[in-house]
This record gives sequence, C-alpha cells and structure tokens, in this order.
Amino acid sequence: MSIPAVIAVAIPRTGETALADLPSLLVPAYGETLTMVGIVMSIVVLVGTPLGVALHNMASGGLFENRAVYGVLSWIVNIGRSLPFLILMAAIVPFTRLITGTNIGIPAAIVPMSLAGIPFFARLVENCLRDVPRSVTQAARASGASPLQIIRTAQLGEAVPAIIGGLTINTIAMIEYSAIAGTIGAGGVGYVAVTYGYQRFDHTVMLATIVILILTVTLVQLLGDRLVRFTTPALRH
Amino acid sequence: MIRIDQLTKAYGHGPDAVTVLDKLDFAVDRGEIFAVVGPSGAGKSTLTQCINLLERPTSGSIVVNGQELSSLPERQLREARRRIGTVFQSASLFSRRTAAQNIAMPLEYLGVEPRETKARVAELLERVGLGHRAGHYPHQLSGGQRQRVGIARALALRPSVLLSDEATSGLDPETTRSVVALLRELRDDLDLAVVFITHEMDTVLQVADSVAKLEHGRIVESGRLVDLLTDHGSALGRALQPQLDPAPPADGARPWQVTYDSRNVPQDWLQRVSQELGEPAALLAATIQNVNGVSTGKATVGLHAASPDLVRDTFARLGLRAEPGSGRPDAGAQDTAREDAPATLEHAL
Repeated sequence: MSIPAVIAVAIPRTGETALADLPSLLVPAYGETLTMVGIVMSIVVLVGTPLGVALHNMASGGLFENRAVYGVLSWIVNIGRSLPFLILMAAIVPFTRLITGTNIGIPAAIVPMSLAGIPFFARLVENCLRDVPRSVTQAARASGASPLQIIRTAQLGEAVPAIIGGLTINTIAMIEYSAIAGTIGAGGVGYVAVTYGYQRFDHTVMLATIVILILTVTLVQLLGDRLVRFTTPALRH
Repeated sequence: MIRIDQLTKAYGHGPDAVTVLDKLDFAVDRGEIFAVVGPSGAGKSTLTQCINLLERPTSGSIVVNGQELSSLPERQLREARRRIGTVFQSASLFSRRTAAQNIAMPLEYLGVEPRETKARVAELLERVGLGHRAGHYPHQLSGGQRQRVGIARALALRPSVLLSDEATSGLDPETTRSVVALLRELRDDLDLAVVFITHEMDTVLQVADSVAKLEHGRIVESGRLVDLLTDHGSALGRALQPQLDPAPPADGARPWQVTYDSRNVPQDWLQRVSQELGEPAALLAATIQNVNGVSTGKATVGLHAASPDLVRDTFARLGLRAEPGSGRPDAGAQDTAREDAPATLEHAL
C-alpha cells in the first residue's frame, strides 16, 4: 500500500509542513480512507442487512418467530456493540491475522471495522423494519406473498428511506473508526492526523485533516439526506 | 360462498387459555353482504385474521366454494389466501408505490406477466373510478381514494370472497357512503360474497344484507337486516336504528315509542292512528328509511289517549309496536317504561 510513499514524502521535513506539500501528503491518505470506508461499508451492508432482517423476523410478531435464536443473535450483536472500537481492534488481533495474514495496514483495519459496523447496522435495520406499519405486512401476506416476497416488498421496500438514513449514520461512524484504525498503520487521513498533527505537533497538517474530515462528513450527510428525500414519495412531491 | 363452521380461536394453553372466538357459525352466499358488528374487544380482528387465513383457528373450519381451507399446510395456505380478497383500513397501502403499483402487488407475487398485469391493473383502476389517478402515490390520494385502491388490490386476483376489515372506519360520512356504494355495486357485478366487519352501526344499515352481532367471541344475534329491523323483539334491530332525542310531549299527553314490527307498515300510519284514536298524534321524533326495499324506522309519538291497550292495539293493526315512554336515555324515573331503557337493552344483547 501507499504508506511507505506517505512516509517518504514526510520524513525529510521537521516542524510545519509547507502548504504546497499538503496535497502530496493528504491526497493519497484521503484515497486510503475512502477505500477503507468503501470496502467496510460494502461488507457491513451485505452482512448487516440480512442480520437485521433476521433479528426483526425472529423477534416476537416476526415472520419466523423464534425466541431462542433471537436471544442468541441479539446477544452476539450486543457484544459487538458494547466494546469501544479501540479495545475491539486490539482484542481481535489474532483473529485479524488469521483472516488477513497481517495485523497492520488497510486489510488489518477492515476486519475490526466490519466487526464493529455490522452489529451497528443490523440494529439500525431491525429498528427501521419495526417502524413499517404492521398492516402493510398483513396486506402483503393476505395477497399471497411468500416470506421472501414479504421481506423484499413490504419490509425492506417500505423501509428504504429509513435504512438509507441509518446507512448515512453508519458511514460517518466508519469514517471516525478509520481514523482510529490509523493508529495500527492502516493509513488514511486519521493516520496522517495522528503521526503528523498529534505526534509531531504539525498544526498545519492537523488543521488540514480536520477540515477534510468535516467536509467529508458534511458531504456524506448531505448525500444521505438527498437520497432519503429521493426515495420518499411524500418528500419528493 | 364462504361458510364458517364452529370456528374457535383460543390463545394459550390449559387453564390460562383465553377463548377469543367461541364456536362461530355463519355462511355468506355469493351476491350477499354479511356484516359483523361488535364493540372493540369482541373478537372482530381475530375473526378477520382467521377468515383471511393469516391466523389458524384452534378448531372449526373455513370453507370457500366447498373447499376447507384453514387446515391446509403453509404453502397451500398461501395459495388459498388468494381466493379471499381483503380490504384493510387505509394505512395498509405501500407508501412508496403508486396506486397502479399497489394494485399490481398480488399479481406480482403470483408471477403474472407484466403485460397482463398492466392490463388487469388498468381495468381495476377504471372499475373503482380511479383511472386518472394511476400514477399517484398514497399520500396524494384522499382517504376514500386510498380505500378504492385497497378494494381494487383485493380484487386483483378475482377472489370470490371479499373481506372488508373496518374498511370505512375513520372515513367521513360522505366518503363512507361512496365506498359502501362501490362495495354493493361490486357485489352485484362480480357476484361476490362480502364479509363486512365494522364497529359502526350506521354503516351496517347502508351496506348489509345480513348482519351478526359479535360479543365476547360469540354471535349473540344474527339475521337478515330487514327482518331484524322490522322485528320489535330484535335487540340488534333496535340497536341498529339511530338514537333519537324526542321533544317533550304537550301537557297531558304521554310519549309513546313506536317501532316498525312488520314489513308492511302503511306509509300513512300517523294519519291512520290519529283517525282511529280520534286525536292528532304529535310526532316528537322519527327516523324512517328504506333498507333493501323495505320501510323501517322508529318514532316517538305524543298521545292523550287514556287506554294504553287501545293505543297498543291501534298501532299493532298497522304493523307497529308501541310502548309508553319517551325512549330518551336521560328521561329518568318519571319514565313509565323503564324496562325499555338502554341498560336492559344491553342485557338483552
């Protein structure tokens, strides 16, 4: 990955980084952040959505009501949600190494970030599905829909705007986690902020990373809000 | 047609079991609208869920066109549900789909070809008078229009039984009338057996051919609407009539409550009573309406006549039942016919 490149650019300098050098330092780092968050969010959506659907439908009143399985799933999800990210990341190093063969860099960051993101998103999805009026699910059942059709049309279909809202929150949380993951050499804007801004008192870099993160989060939120509006007929017309 | 036999639904087991529906029996023929009325908690929603096969009855059966459905295995149950169209309360439309897309849902679930679906949806939209609203989303439709979409969706798979679950509840009187008119029209055109579940007594008068009163999970009274309304002995028939608030009678006169007790009450009964009793009968309150071709109603009349038996006989000859008393709920102790008061009526139900 591009960590060596970042270090190579930065090492000859001490004290404040010149403004002109900022792009060569921050652009690759920003690319790494986007890569990390992008990959993690794909995994989170792919795994978290079915998990949220399972949680919702195994709870009482769901399509496959099953108290025992719900209890176990819910407990696992709660564990995933109760550990602070830094602790989780450190605690699962052996597991991360088992999967990725390394404990530094972007691949090593993706494992704990996904593990933190999946339960978070699963709960968000579960909540969104719970807010779909029961009468809509009933109407689908009475129309002869199969369980999968009910999940697709009446549950997920109706909850799309709410889930996108949750996705926005989750993405922003993952941007934050990516900065923490920077401390294990995962690169990205967070890594630059820690090594330059924090460890070397390089205020220019520190300020630049702050501005970049604020802009990114704002942009994600804006995009999310747009999508929610676009997918909600009552807000669109 | 749909026949319900000894339908029982209980929740829980052993001594904690709660029986919500207790051995219900009724049948609805094609071309008939059967209303089930009852207060909240009577078991109406459980009955709905059993009829559209979303809940399995504890015992008893639901037979549609001769086939027993409620004991089918899950997969076939899903197929069987398609033979019963359900109109829910208005909140049951898919909010992110247009009127046309909502109506298309049952066809989509069944896997009908898109072209065929489109044609059927267009036909249904026209049928319920919403041809010009195909592309509108539920939030852009009025309550009555949303209910029409719900009706069209329920009819998409050409069911022979239509179940209406509080479909007019929460609609204003004008809209209720138009939805009811549509249901009656569809009953005639499509020869549907309609089960109309509601808590609104006045809607029953507009829509039903037959009616049953559900209370504490049992049918306590049922019959043809006209029969109930023209039978003084029917507590349900009397409960279905609008509540009146009669004017006080003139000095020396006493109020008489008059109910229709026959299908052949002459229209000029007030004049005839006046003539036979030799005094003008004062009309203090009245409601008379045509229900399925028969006049029915009730009235409060002020009379000076001294002999109660003479008054009763006079009315009885015209097919009317007269009881002394104003029928006013707040008339209090001076009311001579206290046994006709609401408390006893409740008991009689």
